[in-house]
Amino acid sequence: MNLELSENLRNVVDQLSEQFSDALIDIYKSTGDTFIRVEPDHIVDICKELKEEYHFIYLADILGTDRFTSDERFEVIYNLVSLRDRERLFLKVWLEEENPTVDSVTEVWESANWHERQVYDMFGVTFNNHPDMRRIYMPEDFDYYPLRKEFPLLGIPGSIELPSSTPDTE
Amino acid sequence: MGIESALGDGYFTTKIDSLTNWARSNAAWPMPMGLACCAIEMMAFAGPKYDAARFGSEVMRFSPRQSDVMIVAGWVNYKMSHAIRRIWDQMPDPKWCIAMGACASTGGMHRCYGVVQGCDNFLPVDAYVSGCPPRPDALLHALMKIQDKIRTEHSVMLDT
Repeated sequence: MNLELSENLRNVVDQLSEQFSDALIDIYKSTGDTFIRVEPDHIVDICKELKEEYHFIYLADILGTDRFTSDERFEVIYNLVSLRDRERLFLKVWLEEENPTVDSVTEVWESANWHERQVYDMFGVTFNNHPDMRRIYMPEDFDYYPLRKEFPLLGIPGSIELPSSTPDTE
Repeated sequence: MGIESALGDGYFTTKIDSLTNWARSNAAWPMPMGLACCAIEMMAFAGPKYDAARFGSEVMRFSPRQSDVMIVAGWVNYKMSHAIRRIWDQMPDPKWCIAMGACASTGGMHRCYGVVQGCDNFLPVDAYVSGCPPRPDALLHALMKIQDKIRTEHSVMLDT
């Protein structure tokens, strides 16, 4: 690979690709950051390794995206930071449109809890072994996932209840 | 004229409507429903520079039971709308409502699934304030409009 990586990241990437040779699909740089796409099945192992061996102790964010492609439609992006080495690393997994599911990384970073709930709320990606897989922004009984591309910008009329305009009699 | 000549000095007569409307219009106590940036302008409206006290409206009541005018300041999302409606229902009649700013009036720039496109979808709004956020004097203007409205109201039923 001919990527201009810092010495430290180069080491991380080399070690990872040796250790998880089957799981790493793609490594590339974009807008100055390093992205690694991995197999969804190995995400927890890879995260654990990155945290314990390479000091990526800070999970800054977990994002979802809807690539709107016919296969591997959904993407989950993990934004990892090593505060000690001042490095940032993005992990990506691609998931199928039907029943998008990936293992939760809450056992690695506790902060993943809310981030994963956001991705679940907005995209409908479910996380296995998550301790509290509930919606976080939208009402519990909401039937849709608002950041999916087919969801209309203004929502679906009547899908969220407005308060009654006749006063409460209690 | 009429009865005043019989009563002598020290009396004047008026309609009960004029009296209650005068009292109500000069003591419109706001229920601040501050939801976003507009709420900061609303604070300035009550502060010393713009001084809503001149209109008898300085007494921001954080209890709905004691307020007359609800100022919806900021964008209303669907989850919040239920709380706002409940507070509105807890305010005693007669009551008035100001939709302050573009978001409360129309959803503003938040043209999306989570934000109610105007709080008039679930509240009876009396005055809309344009602006994003409107200046405190714009809110004072809305308050004066509501005062005008109160003064021309028929609050007492006429005998028929």
